Amino acid sequence: MRFDRMLTVAKIDLRRLFKSKDYWIPMGFLAAVFFIALPYLLLTIVTSTTSSDLVNKIGEVLQSLPGPVQDNVIGDTPAARAAYMLAVYLLAPVAIVVPLTISSAVGAHAIVGERERGTGEFLAHSPLTEREIFLGKMLASLVPGFLATAVGFAIYSVLVNVRVGPLVGGWFFPTPGWWVLIIWVVPPFIAMALSVILWVSSRVRSTAAAQQAATLVSLPVIFAAYGISSGLLINPVIAGFSVGVIAWFLAITGLISGSRSLHRERLLGFGGDG
Amino acid sequence: MPSAIEFSHVTRRFGAITAVNDLSLEVPLGSITVLLGPNGAGKTTTVRLATGALSSDDGTISVLGLDPRVDGDEVRARSAVVPPKPALYDRLSGWDNLVFTADIFGADHAAIRPAAERFGIDHALDLDVGGYSTGMRTRLALARAVLHDPEVLLLDEPTAGLDPESARAVLNLIRELAGRGRTIVLCTHLLHEAEGVADQVVLMAAGRARIVGSQEDLAGQFVTNPSVVIDAEDRSVLRLLEDHADVVSADWNGALHIRLTDLDRLPDVVAQLVAAGARITRVQPDNPTLETLYFEMQRSLRESA
Repeated sequence: MRFDRMLTVAKIDLRRLFKSKDYWIPMGFLAAVFFIALPYLLLTIVTSTTSSDLVNKIGEVLQSLPGPVQDNVIGDTPAARAAYMLAVYLLAPVAIVVPLTISSAVGAHAIVGERERGTGEFLAHSPLTEREIFLGKMLASLVPGFLATAVGFAIYSVLVNVRVGPLVGGWFFPTPGWWVLIIWVVPPFIAMALSVILWVSSRVRSTAAAQQAATLVSLPVIFAAYGISSGLLINPVIAGFSVGVIAWFLAITGLISGSRSLHRERLLGFGGDG
Repeated sequence: MPSAIEFSHVTRRFGAITAVNDLSLEVPLGSITVLLGPNGAGKTTTVRLATGALSSDDGTISVLGLDPRVDGDEVRARSAVVPPKPALYDRLSGWDNLVFTADIFGADHAAIRPAAERFGIDHALDLDVGGYSTGMRTRLALARAVLHDPEVLLLDEPTAGLDPESARAVLNLIRELAGRGRTIVLCTHLLHEAEGVADQVVLMAAGRARIVGSQEDLAGQFVTNPSVVIDAEDRSVLRLLEDHADVVSADWNGALHIRLTDLDRLPDVVAQLVAAGARITRVQPDNPTLETLYFEMQRSLRESA
């Protein structure tokens, strides 16, 4: 396998993608909602509320959290502690849900789209190996999701520090757990989901079928990610590292077997399953 | 002459359909081979098998001395295919499409503009391909095909839907590359466009190469009654030929097209016309066109079946 040719495949897909406003505008909107609008709204409500009822209710939620989490929550007032908890724990799954959604949307039609456009014929007659094509497509699908997450994470960090920082004694975000999540856990989770989604994309006959299948594939991954990302923040270094190791192992295994599933005949439109 | 492409008893099935059936075929190095045949004859599958894009179920294939199933990447790196639909990325500019190809095939980016100029598409390289006309797309696909100077060029119905200028660009490309020793395989059913370019004509039917030979040899084999065009100032005299013993058939098409039992009989036929008072203005052997040949070969196949 030649790395430069794999990057060429990824580059051309990314170029096409960023020229497709009909794709990146909704996806950018999705990232903005989850990383900016929703946190801003919730943090504003929590930090600005004068309703003792709401603060009490949030306090009750806080007390239902595991002991180690409660110990980590900082802030002198119930509102400050509620805002901290919201920023650090409750919104963590967004960091996985957003890139998964974006990347799976790209990955779903990455291969079947070549067949539908007829460009699969060109790839099939090219000297690219099936693995170069598969991994190039994987990279092109992973980058938009991770890029959106990285940018969203940066904006989210500023937002959280501006809204909550003054209540808890200064800028505190990102916490170590979030660093582990973004750098070590999110990429293999996306790669893991993509290995399955691209496998599906190489086998079905239409983009619509690929998108339906991708939804079915990514939903369990999202649920798992939701639970794991919330949980690993309790003990960020050890749990995060462990989850990351497992996710990387599964991702690499998935990508190797996924890349074997792509055959030139499928690029030409033969051998589809659905 | 050594073979650039060699198929030996190759079969490829798609479920219950046998697209290529025990196909044996040799394409000499540096030649132009035209594959003729109706839709479903197996021409496209043959091209796909040659590059290893499809694998055969039986038989052996050799391209430039390599087995496409084993050394497919090298075969594809040394060949190029122009498919019936140009297979371009619509959302990218012409330039981006060519850069992508150059990077994949390891061609120099400096070759991009000359290739585009060669097919008259250089003025549109900055535009998205989605806005190209059919002819522009085909020109870009042709420029893409020659970027890496392939040793084997496989053209699958490249002139379908093209304007005359673009179609001529295809034929000029074929002649030029063949002149430089490249091997060309042209699949087409637009027979008049392939007229005179083929070193070898292959008539495919039901996945087999049924008839193979040069256009000249095949004409001698299948068009047994030579055709001659005759015209005169007073055409009514030419009607004598309609019942002439040496004339097999006579058709009016601008002038009189007759088919003789033997070309040696032509001087006598002309002498008889002159004796009858005809002032002859034209006597011209009418070599069979590829189209005539195609239908004669098809007829022959039907009769032998």
